[in-house]
Amino acid sequence: MSSTNSSQFQPITARPMPGRRTGIVAWLRANLFSGPINSLMTLATVALLAWSLSHAFDWAVARAVFGAQLEACNNARGLGACWGVIAEKGRLIVMGRYPDTEHWRPVIATALMLLVVGASCMPRFWNRWLPLAWLVMLAVYFTLMKGGMLGLTEVPTDQWGGLPLTVMLTVISMTLAFPLSIFVALGRRSTMPAIRTICTLYVELIRGVPLITVLFMASFMLPLFMPHGVTIDVLIRVIVGITLFSAAYMAEVVRGGLQALPKGQTEAAATLGLTYWQTQRKIVLPQALAMVVPSLMNTFIGMFKDTSLVTIVSLYELTGALSLALNSDADWRPFKIEAYLFITLIYFVFCFAMSRYSLWVEARTAVSKVR
Amino acid sequence: MIEARPQPARKRRSISWRSREGRSVIYQVVAILSVIGAIALLVRNTLANMRERGIQSGYDFLNQPFGFDVSETLIPYEITSTYWTAFAIGMANTLKVAVVGIILATIVGTLVGVGRYSANWLVRKLCYAYVEFFRNVPIYLQLLIWYIVFTEVLPSYDELWQIGHFYLSKNGFSFPWPVWLLGQNLAMAGGLLGVVAAWLYARRSRRLFDQTGQQRPVALVGLALIVGMAIVGWLAGGAPNEWSLPSRGTFQIENGASVTPEYLALLIGLVLYTAAFIAEIVRSGIASVSLGQHEAAASLGLTKRQSMRLVVLPQALRVIIPPLTSQYLNLTKNSSLAVAIGYPELVSIANTTLNQTGRAIEALSIVMLVYLTLSLITSALMNWFNARAAIQER
Repeated sequence: MSSTNSSQFQPITARPMPGRRTGIVAWLRANLFSGPINSLMTLATVALLAWSLSHAFDWAVARAVFGAQLEACNNARGLGACWGVIAEKGRLIVMGRYPDTEHWRPVIATALMLLVVGASCMPRFWNRWLPLAWLVMLAVYFTLMKGGMLGLTEVPTDQWGGLPLTVMLTVISMTLAFPLSIFVALGRRSTMPAIRTICTLYVELIRGVPLITVLFMASFMLPLFMPHGVTIDVLIRVIVGITLFSAAYMAEVVRGGLQALPKGQTEAAATLGLTYWQTQRKIVLPQALAMVVPSLMNTFIGMFKDTSLVTIVSLYELTGALSLALNSDADWRPFKIEAYLFITLIYFVFCFAMSRYSLWVEARTAVSKVR
Repeated sequence: MIEARPQPARKRRSISWRSREGRSVIYQVVAILSVIGAIALLVRNTLANMRERGIQSGYDFLNQPFGFDVSETLIPYEITSTYWTAFAIGMANTLKVAVVGIILATIVGTLVGVGRYSANWLVRKLCYAYVEFFRNVPIYLQLLIWYIVFTEVLPSYDELWQIGHFYLSKNGFSFPWPVWLLGQNLAMAGGLLGVVAAWLYARRSRRLFDQTGQQRPVALVGLALIVGMAIVGWLAGGAPNEWSLPSRGTFQIENGASVTPEYLALLIGLVLYTAAFIAEIVRSGIASVSLGQHEAAASLGLTKRQSMRLVVLPQALRVIIPPLTSQYLNLTKNSSLAVAIGYPELVSIANTTLNQTGRAIEALSIVMLVYLTLSLITSALMNWFNARAAIQER
């Protein structure tokens, strides 16, 4: 046994330099070309995107008509988009049937409403002035919209429309539905069987049927329910319908929060000698509601989208105002899809902003949980 | 010695404002009475109003002829058919779009939800963009847009698009369909038998696994049983393989099976909208299983497939199923928006009925009853499944 080489020192060959971890090439390799399947997927996606985006660009920008020129639009039909329809009808779509000369009123009223709602979303404004701000806002809003006093001409509610109506329907019905939903949620967890049954029946019945049937009911059946000689404005009927509908969904969300609260909290409150309502108001609800803000926000987004259905019972909010604006004008009717894309953008901006807010709240509560 | 405590006085069961029980009885009686009172008042008002306006009530109109054309029927329909038939057709059409929609939305939603965890950056971002876009635009608006796409953007019948035996134009979409004979029926029956057999086999192998720890290829054998028995049924029926192929006639596609543009618009709108929500549900389900579970499964020596099937999926499904159920119900309920694009489902039929006969209460009550039944059945099924998937706590 002899090892002739053992005395000779032979280093192994140096390892290659490690691959780059930073920079564009490394990023591309890690995220787009990490393996054969991944690379294929990237190429296929790029091809698909290139094909569809180039067509979309061609239609929406390159061959599109941007001014309100009907002739140019008709020539470009089928080849390019006619954004002129928005220049021509945009105001009618956003404002609905509200009289032309009075458009400043819904603009100011809606801006004020959005301002107060926006402020209510920020914790730094959560103090005792907030309810007052809401009361003032609602008073100013309805005075401005309805008119008939302070030298404003009266505008009946059937002429309200467009984006202001969409915003108002959502905000008012959710504001009304929120307290109702808290009572229903508490009722569903009550120890009293009769109250529990009534609340459960209400929630399950409403959640079992589509919103459209509730709206049909509000529009066709509510007048029949009223005593002789009493007529209710269709706007109020629809608000009642949406409120009852969304309260059932919100009640389930609130109930989720109530269930997630440990039992020790109510027991601790009981040992302190708090009554039922004191316990709910000071101990249970503040914690339960804080937990479900993101889900409540989701219900809010859902309702904002669902207001588009009221056009079926002839209230002309954003979607309805669009049909109203284009169906009456044979010249511009062929360019409906451009107008639809326009209001799609409006809805998207609102809903996306709300969902970002909900993510922010979620992150904020997650931080507060860390000790 | 401690004296025995005196027997506590038996609680007096009197209804008094001073005791908690008494108050609760009073509250409940008041609640019930006010609900009954409100209902009685509404009924009284309604009856008075109906008498005054000369509105007739009752469900007798159901036997009268509907008198309107219905564009899409799964059940034989003539212009003289009754309201009954019309409502049955509406219900069948609702189910037709809901069942197909639920299946497709689940597939698309799962793919997109898993795609948000893809290693590929482009795919990840694309799935994210899809979810955010389709979730944040009203379904009603999306349906209107799809309707325009299918009725105005698609080529007219003269210039239809054709791929093989598939035709697409403003008139709808036509595709080949097997000629339904005894063989197909027997194949269906065989498939159903196969499902039962597979279920029995799964139960037996589970028991064997509990006793001996031996694993059997349940999925493989189950699939083989179902497919095999279906094929046996098909062969027993004489192995029919005749297809009805659509062909181009002068005015419309002849033979084959076809769906209308309204159906397509509704189906695609509902599927893409609901899939965005399902994708989020699937994503949160995957996110809910902590990495430690994968690692623990690996350290126990489970293979990747076993850990997926036995450890990860059961936990993820527990998070996924309850919200998934409500999405299925939402899809079914959202199909009622077809009233805006003229697809003759339940609510459209009810709407026509309402306008023709003026019997709002009756027409709406039928719609509500059908939707309530559907929701209750779905919830019951899903609760049963959920109870099986839930944590078995000791």
